[in-house]
Amino acid sequence: MYAQMVKTAGSGVKSPEEMTPEERDFQDRIDRGEKIEPKDWMPDDYRKTLIRQIGQHAHSEIVGQLPEGNWITRAPTLERKAILLAKVQDEAGHGLYLYCAAETLGVTRDDLTEDLLAGRMKYSSIFNYPTLNWADMGAVGWLVDGAAIINQVALQRTSYGPYSRAMVRICKEESFHARQGFHIMMKMAKGTPEQKRMAQDALNRLWFPALMMFGPSDKDSVHTAQSMAWRIKMDTNDELRQKFVDQTVPQIEYLGLELPDPGITLNKDTGHYSYADPDWSEFFDVIKGNGPCNVDRLAARNKAWDDGKWVRDGLMAHAKKKAAAKTAAE
Amino acid sequence: MKNEWPLWEVFIRGQHGMNHRHVGSLHAPDAEMALKNARDVYTRRNEGVSIWVVEAAHITASSPEEKGAFYEPSNSKVYRHPTFFDIPEEVGSM
Repeated sequence: MYAQMVKTAGSGVKSPEEMTPEERDFQDRIDRGEKIEPKDWMPDDYRKTLIRQIGQHAHSEIVGQLPEGNWITRAPTLERKAILLAKVQDEAGHGLYLYCAAETLGVTRDDLTEDLLAGRMKYSSIFNYPTLNWADMGAVGWLVDGAAIINQVALQRTSYGPYSRAMVRICKEESFHARQGFHIMMKMAKGTPEQKRMAQDALNRLWFPALMMFGPSDKDSVHTAQSMAWRIKMDTNDELRQKFVDQTVPQIEYLGLELPDPGITLNKDTGHYSYADPDWSEFFDVIKGNGPCNVDRLAARNKAWDDGKWVRDGLMAHAKKKAAAKTAAE
Repeated sequence: MKNEWPLWEVFIRGQHGMNHRHVGSLHAPDAEMALKNARDVYTRRNEGVSIWVVEAAHITASSPEEKGAFYEPSNSKVYRHPTFFDIPEEVGSM
């Protein structure tokens, strides 16, 4: 999940009696499955929560380019390099679709960017882990994009129209990401013993951070009820996590790799795999800013923003000058 | 100092014979850059044969609150729909 622990604004789910007539109409529309569009009336808390959630989602796409960008110049073949480049470019595109969805709620792109750069807004905890070798490009595409797809497929049905439409676009492109990652894993798992060892190592390192992407366990998740009533969260964290485990374990077996968690067993009665929770104290620590790469990621984004300033300003000055010359000529 | 690039709305003709359709928005300093950015952001997989960009500030939108009164003139004219007219079955399809 690219948005974790998004703080839901307001004081929780209101009963129909506690709602104003406008709030009741709004909730009825959502319950009927209608989409809410930018100019429609909406409660302030719905707007605020969505800005946080879509903003965090967008930031994750943008920061998520960094761990993979790290390997573009060192891809093992020209074809893998071209594929990785296309994937990273897609992530930039996904960030842009989401920023434009957030902007329909009355924030500007620059406001969101500045909140990220100052550490006032978060991005997914997963991108605070390093990518140490080429096998990580396989594991990231397969596991991280795989986890993101599970969350994003559900969000295609979200109540806010622009967010829902951004999700539809993103989901169309995302399966390329997961497949190219799995393809790298297949190649390495069936390659030399050293390549297979690298694939296993990448799986072992990224398994628990991938599980963390869905956010804390339901019993510790305080933001769920209101966001689900508003249909900006479609399933609970644990439901999505279970779906991910159920989908991924057979793929691990197909690759012939060992399970990264020896406790994974199939419960024949439920048809679901039981699995060990990640270390939640590590998760909360990463969220707080103490993960292996938090400082580097934010420094890289700040540097890109600062170094790009003269380009943004220069192009704007040029556009204004051209527009003025055109007006003068008319 | 705030110097944000303006917002542009992007419309794409998916294939020949279709209308342009709104696909999203982006920021760009001018129309020429907006077109190039739209190509990179919205047509990475052959989604279009033609792109329009228009500065968002130049779009006037109808207001959802006035939707009842705004569309009322045509709502009351049910005879504009072919189903208003009963045509006997023996006449055949019409």
